[in-house]
Amino acid sequence: MTQSIWRMPRWFHQMGSPKWFYDFGGSLQPWFAIAAFALLTWGMVWGLAFAPADYQQGNSFRIMYVHVPAALLSQSVFLGMAVAGAVGIIWKIKVAFMVARSCIAIGATFTAIALLTGAIWGKPTWGAYWVWDARLTSTLVLLFLYAGVMALNQAITDRQIAGKATAILAIVGTINIPIIKYSVEWWNTLHQSSSFTLTAKPSMPADMYLPLLLTVLGSYCVFVLVILIRTRAQILQTQSGANWLMQHRDITGA
Amino acid sequence: MIGFMLTIIRRDLLLVARQPAEMINPLVFFVLVIAMFPLGISPEASILSQVAAGVIWVAAMLATLLSLELLFKLDHDDGSLEQLLLAPYPSWCLVLSKVFVHWLVSGLPLILISPFIAMMLFLPDHAIPTLMLSLLLGTPTLSLLGAIGAALVTGVRGGGMLLTLLILPLYVPVIIFGASSVAAAAQGMPVDGYMALLAAMLVFALMITPWAAGSALKL
Repeated sequence: MTQSIWRMPRWFHQMGSPKWFYDFGGSLQPWFAIAAFALLTWGMVWGLAFAPADYQQGNSFRIMYVHVPAALLSQSVFLGMAVAGAVGIIWKIKVAFMVARSCIAIGATFTAIALLTGAIWGKPTWGAYWVWDARLTSTLVLLFLYAGVMALNQAITDRQIAGKATAILAIVGTINIPIIKYSVEWWNTLHQSSSFTLTAKPSMPADMYLPLLLTVLGSYCVFVLVILIRTRAQILQTQSGANWLMQHRDITGA
Repeated sequence: MIGFMLTIIRRDLLLVARQPAEMINPLVFFVLVIAMFPLGISPEASILSQVAAGVIWVAAMLATLLSLELLFKLDHDDGSLEQLLLAPYPSWCLVLSKVFVHWLVSGLPLILISPFIAMMLFLPDHAIPTLMLSLLLGTPTLSLLGAIGAALVTGVRGGGMLLTLLILPLYVPVIIFGASSVAAAAQGMPVDGYMALLAAMLVFALMITPWAAGSALKL
């Protein structure tokens, strides 16, 4: 009975095998590296040098080519971490916990970049590095959530228990993120002390919009690349001395 | 199952009765933290009455967090937690009973003492019923959410600080609606919406957190 309901596609099973993930991830890795490099270079050069300046904000708007991808990634990485953790808990897949663990540092970095670039952009635009705007506040809380996950993951020495504990916290955090987001928005409308709001985006010309799309895609490639590298490193750590790895090394001569 | 939960509740209450300091310490902490605000900000009634709602809620949150550290720790240290988890009942029963006792011991006294604190901070009298009601709906949510953190850090060194890091971000919605409701009541505005949201969060926390904390205990 369980088999018919819970039968997984084959690739899903295979992803759970450290050996298969190591090999398959290794073959994907260069492609993501090339894609990330190409997309980011193309998008950044286009966006920073050739896109037209904004008629209101002048050149300072160009920081969005870094800011927007970082802000998008900060949330998707947390979601990805929770999904990987849930997969690990439900199907008891160790590699999934490693993927979730790889998400922590990169996600926190993207969140910090989003906050930092937001502050730099805020100074010329709003006249202040920091305002208690709804988006800023919820991003700050997200950074705190990452800090909590990171602290928990490092405090528990047993890697398997740490993986499960991190997964539970990531799932609880993900359930909470929308609640936090909407409550912060409510709170912000109550305290109308700062009337700075990001106005609804006017339709951007393609010359401004397409570079953004490129840097967003490039950042997602960076994310996947980092996950692959870090997860494969963890596989090497935990599987050191495993049979397949010893043979693997002989073949590659590394 | 009900019998199991009642047994746990009776046992934990008995343990608290024999160690009354466990119950009194968070309360003293609560009052102490609040006493620091007039000293640090200003004793002016006009300023204090403006920040009273937030100060009381933040202090209640910290007091809850501080007492949560011991929620599972003592049972874990003497080994009884392991035995309780082996009992043929779902682990959420255990969590729910222990959280209930924690709230009785740390949350309820805060609510009972809050009118006096409110007077010390010059909160308008007509906001006091709202303050008590918001604490009544909010503090159980704080205890429930905190139980997840307490379960996760059980057996981890330096758990108290870690618990604070894990749980404070999750408290953001509760403090927003709790403190805003009191502030709204002080201005004479309706508070039904806030109470409804606080109640909704309590119901939601009741559904999710015993499961999450229970599975965290079994790691």
